[in-house]
Amino acid sequence: MVDHCTAKLETYLDGELSANEMRDVDAHLRGCPSCAADLLSQLQLKRAVHSAGKRYSASPDFRERVRKSIATTRRPSPIRLWLGATAAVALLFVAGLVSWSVRQQQLQRQQAFSEVADLHVATLASVNPVDVISTDRHTVKPWFQGKIPFTFNLPELSNSGFTLIGGRVTYLGQTPGAELIYQIRKHQISVFIFPDRAVGHDLGSSSWSQKELAFNIESWDQDGLRYFLIGDASSSDIRNLEDMLKKAS
Amino acid sequence: MEVAEERLTAATFEELAMPLFDQLYNFAHWLAQDRTEAEDLVQETYVKALKGFSSFQEGTNFRAWMYRILRNTFLTSRTGLKASATVALDSEDTLELPAGPETPETILIEHSNHQLLQTAIEALPLHFREIVLLCEVEEMSYQEIAETLSIPMGTVMSRLSRARKALRESLQQKLVRT
Repeated sequence: MVDHCTAKLETYLDGELSANEMRDVDAHLRGCPSCAADLLSQLQLKRAVHSAGKRYSASPDFRERVRKSIATTRRPSPIRLWLGATAAVALLFVAGLVSWSVRQQQLQRQQAFSEVADLHVATLASVNPVDVISTDRHTVKPWFQGKIPFTFNLPELSNSGFTLIGGRVTYLGQTPGAELIYQIRKHQISVFIFPDRAVGHDLGSSSWSQKELAFNIESWDQDGLRYFLIGDASSSDIRNLEDMLKKAS
Repeated sequence: MEVAEERLTAATFEELAMPLFDQLYNFAHWLAQDRTEAEDLVQETYVKALKGFSSFQEGTNFRAWMYRILRNTFLTSRTGLKASATVALDSEDTLELPAGPETPETILIEHSNHQLLQTAIEALPLHFREIVLLCEVEEMSYQEIAETLSIPMGTVMSRLSRARKALRESLQQKLVRT
């Protein structure tokens, strides 16, 4: 056996020879006991090293630690997670607050509309729907002096199709206000005017329109007074009256 | 999209790298010959590899890439610097080797003396120890070994041959003493 044979046998055992070289070595081994013995010896050492080399094993804890270390790198850091969670909680809180606030406003508005609708229905059902009967705004408006804690202006109705029937004092949330009855064709429209505090500040200053008990309702805030228009007239008639009232104020 | 790709990359890395964990740890322990150092080495290897995963070229050998990172990490550690400083490498790689004495593998196998063999492997110089382990334990091809150690194929073959010879001699000496 010579050195170049030993080296060749190693390569042969490592499976790194080409197919032709493998065949050559096979042929050589059949006629060379020395190389065959060397091959056996090398094979035994190879197997022994393979077995003995698998010596060390990591603890499961360490394995998990490494796995987590490469996993945490791609996840947000604990600080980012914390900030994210805090932001999410804050967002939920704010969203909840806004939602609650909006809901409260809706409830108050709904309550106010319901009460106004009740007042309007009561007026329609009343034998004496008005306390002051007059088509003249200059008669009706002064009638309220001393009866309600505020004053207001009424519009000129000439050629508008609307007629002022009269007025009465009414109450909303224990606060006195004015109710004016207008008529357009066969439809009666109640105009309620209350101080803002009667309906609560949470209603805000926005204008709303809604249908309540099939009545059309318009409402707005002007000069510290809350106006409600309600009637079975069309919504366009209601809005026309609204415009006139707004201009008169 | 960027985040999704980042997550995909990290997930892919974990899928590729974790199956190599046991063998990388074994190799690291053989190199460092100390459990704590081996753990540090493996930990650092995984972190480095993940950071550099975007530079890993798909289609090339991932196992060889991981081993190369581990080995380079070891070579720049205090233990690695000490071990590699005692070795003269490339100038010897092309030298013809004299014929060695007959090796006592049969006796070794008969005795099933793993501990003796392990001691002999431990005693090998670093550049012999690592190439024997990569070939015999990790069963890497010459090509993979060349990639891992960043050396030519010819050097792989000659160094491997000399490493085996050194191991046989070391074993014979130990067996004579026992």
